[in-house]
Amino acid sequence: MRLINRHPERSGRLMLVLLPFALLLFAYFIGSAQRLGDNPNDKLLPSASQMSAAVERLAFTEDKRSGHYLFWQDSAASLKRLAMGLGIAAVAGLCLGIAAGSLPLLSAPLSPLLTVLSMVPPLAILPILFIVFGLGELSKVMLIVIGITPVLARDLEQRAREIPPELLIKAQTLGASTWTLILRVVLPQTLPRLLIALRLVLGSAWLFLIAAEAIAATDGLGYRIFLVRRYMAMDVILPYVAWITLLAWLMDLGLRQLTRLAFPWYEGAKV
Amino acid sequence: MSDKTSSAFIQVNNLWQQYGDQVVLERLNLSVNEGEFCTLVGASGCGKSTFLRLLLGQERASRGQILLGGQPLAAEPDASRGVVFQRYSVFPHLSVLDNVAIGLELPRSPVLGRLFGGAKRQAREQAAQLLGKVGLGHALDKYPSQLSGGMQQRLAIAQALIMQPRVLLLDEPFGALDPGIRKDMHALLLELWRETRLTVFMVTHDLAEGFSLGTRLLVFDKVRLDPHAPNAFGARITYDIPLNSDRRAQRAAVDALPAHLSGKLQPAL
Repeated sequence: MRLINRHPERSGRLMLVLLPFALLLFAYFIGSAQRLGDNPNDKLLPSASQMSAAVERLAFTEDKRSGHYLFWQDSAASLKRLAMGLGIAAVAGLCLGIAAGSLPLLSAPLSPLLTVLSMVPPLAILPILFIVFGLGELSKVMLIVIGITPVLARDLEQRAREIPPELLIKAQTLGASTWTLILRVVLPQTLPRLLIALRLVLGSAWLFLIAAEAIAATDGLGYRIFLVRRYMAMDVILPYVAWITLLAWLMDLGLRQLTRLAFPWYEGAKV
Repeated sequence: MSDKTSSAFIQVNNLWQQYGDQVVLERLNLSVNEGEFCTLVGASGCGKSTFLRLLLGQERASRGQILLGGQPLAAEPDASRGVVFQRYSVFPHLSVLDNVAIGLELPRSPVLGRLFGGAKRQAREQAAQLLGKVGLGHALDKYPSQLSGGMQQRLAIAQALIMQPRVLLLDEPFGALDPGIRKDMHALLLELWRETRLTVFMVTHDLAEGFSLGTRLLVFDKVRLDPHAPNAFGARITYDIPLNSDRRAQRAAVDALPAHLSGKLQPAL
């Protein structure tokens, strides 16, 4: 039988899914055990017990100086910045995208501008953000907003344009004004696409967040990673990276479920 | 060919439509009385769909004008003219019921585009009644993607009729349907046409459909043709054939009745 016609069975599929993860972990712990065997003070590949001790210290023990649980404080600070950045960018991207995608008079000035703006590397203007917005929360949130809004807006503009003109004409024959047409036809049809676009920019949003926190912050997951880097504390860095990955994956999963629940028509309408 | 009474419901005067060098329609004259069922046939690219778009207000004519009830036609689509396209006629994000009820909500709610409470319930009841009539009473809560092609077109027709338009424009509405379903749709369309005072324009590729449905068949064709410049001349109506005289007579008889009687024969949609 040809390879392209062979499909994994139900039970086999799960094993195939887990296999690469298991292999990666296996390779890591073999390497870790070997290095620690050679030199018990090696810091590069900490063992599971070293990492769990670090997690225990950061997540379940009060910090002696501040009295906070650092791990949870970092998570809360980062998630708050990320949520604000994503929220503002989603609203701005949605408004800009729909305006540019459904109103020809606004598309003329907006589309080229968005195209150019999306080419500006956000990290290159990070210093400007720090100068303009200060070193506080605002500049970190703004980096995320500036980084992903043009991407979201351009994607949603495209989606708004892809709505068949027949539907827009139909809505007009049903008595819609420009405003109600956007409200009842364009907006509901672009919202599921917004959730998908958010899933796609989630990675960039985390990137900008960690970058901003690494440079100027007093808490946050990115701050902690770059702080303990000085002591080569891989036993802290690795669990933090795993935690960030888990959070990002959960957010992706959440957005996907939300799309399914809130827009049950979307999957069927695509065909 | 066409009688030019000033009292005609739709009057088309010397209509031209051209895109750049390409002339699609030229010197088109037509007058149509209220309640006529016009079927538009002709070769592909001969301008019948263009004519429909002009009637809809989706495009503006290069020259000439169209009068609806003596007034120049609004230059954009509005609630006086309903339309059913071959595809993409219904909103994929609304249930069958809301697809029709939205036509009652949009004109009444200029700010939010939706009704609430009792007004919403009333709109939905009215929509459900019409949907029952076109044979979709069992599918009110489904999304259009869960319906067959024929059912989707039934929905599109109900959606157009809820507005009680004066003119219904159909652009190859049954072109993508199986022959059996198509026959059912013909029956439905004729039944609805009989019950309302609707003026229908229907573009079709199917000559048999054109002959059997219409009270008037309009054939679009080019009368002049320059083989070196095929786009230099546009099409006009070359044949204007009255059809199905029994149905026309029936319609005329109903129209002749006193208003209080004929009103009862036309159930409000």
